[in-house]
Amino acid sequence: MKEVDLKVQMKAPQATELSKLEKKSLVTYIYVGVPMRQYQGRYGTEPRVQLNDQFASVDDIQSYIVQERESLKENERPLMTVSIKADTECPMGIITDIKQALRKAMALKISYSARQMDEMSYN
Amino acid sequence: MAKRETPEVNAGSLADIAFLLLIFFLMTTTMDTDSGLGRTLPQPIPPDEEPPPPIRERNVFEVLINANNQLLVEGSPMELRDLKDAAKEFIENPMNLETMPEVVIVEIPEIGTIATTPKAVISLQNDRGTEYQTYLSVQNELQRAYNELRDELARKTFNKSYDELEIELQKAIREVYPQKISEAEPRNVGGGS
Repeated sequence: MKEVDLKVQMKAPQATELSKLEKKSLVTYIYVGVPMRQYQGRYGTEPRVQLNDQFASVDDIQSYIVQERESLKENERPLMTVSIKADTECPMGIITDIKQALRKAMALKISYSARQMDEMSYN
Repeated sequence: MAKRETPEVNAGSLADIAFLLLIFFLMTTTMDTDSGLGRTLPQPIPPDEEPPPPIRERNVFEVLINANNQLLVEGSPMELRDLKDAAKEFIENPMNLETMPEVVIVEIPEIGTIATTPKAVISLQNDRGTEYQTYLSVQNELQRAYNELRDELARKTFNKSYDELEIELQKAIREVYPQKISEAEPRNVGGGS
């Protein structure tokens, strides 16, 4: 049931207006967060990108998306969705970089992964 | 010698226990369906293309988020809780104000004659230091503004919620309230990092 071994600390943000991602085979995941404690020695404590089971940099995203798209059937490629699973406390800088990389890779359908919440809570 | 009976384990209830366990695990295993806020990114801009013509100020609802997660909406600070209603009022422009988007009366076959604001755009800009949760909350509130407007119109004209409508009618309602959230090319809006 689990797609990958998470290597970053990821607590999904909360939102109310969510839609379900229907076809799992069409979804590609990008994880963003601070590396877990056992990896912090090597990868530091700044938020990092995780693709599949490995740490990656933002520059790797474009080739990763192309590769994922190649693995889909021809007629399903336009329906590919990228789910960004980022930590709530992540600064937007890295997310913006990821979004720019996705635009370059022409992966324009994205979804900001979040947990369902019944009522909006304002601090 | 008397014939000794081989002792037997009473296994009659084993099937029940197995069945119970099966049900238990069926119920507790979650096929974690991923849900999220869906968005479509704009096409990448070819390097040699001219920037698009500026949109008239009255048609733009400007939302800025700084690195301290504070909102600046149309030039003045705003709390997150007020954003949804402000966005709804802007998109609808019920009073036909000069400062809000141009109102155009259109005829949509499924709905009839209705006032729309086809040029209204919500422009969202954030700083690189903005927290992801804040950004997502803002996106969520803007989405909620559109969803509520569409739902209100659906209930008013068809007496059904937007989700219950047929695809064509949903399309007609989306024509009245098209969702236009534009995100500026990244740049720092100030406040650190």
